Amino acid sequence: MRIRSCINAQNTVMEKIKEFFAKHKKTAFAATLAAALLTGAANGLFGGGGGMLAVPAYTVIAGEEPKKAHATAVAAILPLSAVSAAIYLAGGNFDPSFGYYVCGGVIIGGIAGSFLLKKISSRLLEFVFYGVMLAAGIKMLLR
Amino acid sequence: MNHSALLYLLAGIAGGIMGGMGLGGGTLLIPALTLFLDVDGKQAAAINLISFIPMSLVACIIHAKNKLLDFRKALTLALPACATCALCSLFAQKVSENTLSSGFAVFLICLASVMLVSRAVESVKKIKAKICSSLPHPYV
Repeated sequence: MRIRSCINAQNTVMEKIKEFFAKHKKTAFAATLAAALLTGAANGLFGGGGGMLAVPAYTVIAGEEPKKAHATAVAAILPLSAVSAAIYLAGGNFDPSFGYYVCGGVIIGGIAGSFLLKKISSRLLEFVFYGVMLAAGIKMLLR
Repeated sequence: MNHSALLYLLAGIAGGIMGGMGLGGGTLLIPALTLFLDVDGKQAAAINLISFIPMSLVACIIHAKNKLLDFRKALTLALPACATCALCSLFAQKVSENTLSSGFAVFLICLASVMLVSRAVESVKKIKAKICSSLPHPYV
């Protein structure tokens, strides 16, 4: 009993999915394409959140290690954001009265965040982050 | 502008820190702006998209220097994504604010639940493995 549970602990569902995609190249390609289309749709419709789909697409489907997956996802989202930013701007959706303050804040925060990344353990932070995300979603729906 | 400049700056910093740490800044910045600072959803989306560009440019340069960036894999995702991205951004300009924010809320709830469950499962597995490795030899 104990022995079996130990073996299970090392053979996760995630790894089985990764193995499946490594064996079936055509399915993996189709899955990548689907993930790409969804990433673009999220980025266009909501103006964000594409990376939340692109990173798991790289780690699960392409079997990339997390750090590399994250870096590659950022590069992939960059042209998407440029396209949709241009369309949102043309639609008159940027209010400069407060827009510049937020953008400035994001840049300052972004630099701080990338330094913090090396110092803080992210496991607990991830739980807090996704908890806040869930609460925000529920509050937005109930509003 | 309904609030003081400092609040907008702080919201940006909070979102930026999350983004910089690789946790998806926009998914937090957009609800923060719409729920607490009464910013229109499409305005929040535009701000998020615009501020992402300089941030990610810098990040890309750093990642490329560290050889973490796979240009081919980035392109295979970016090319098909660009098509739906352009179509959906054009579509978003025509759709009402309420519909979009409900859609975004559902998107957030789905993503957060999936991530929470997968992280919880992962943590349990790690703890299990730790206990297993501390057991005496015949059990490992």
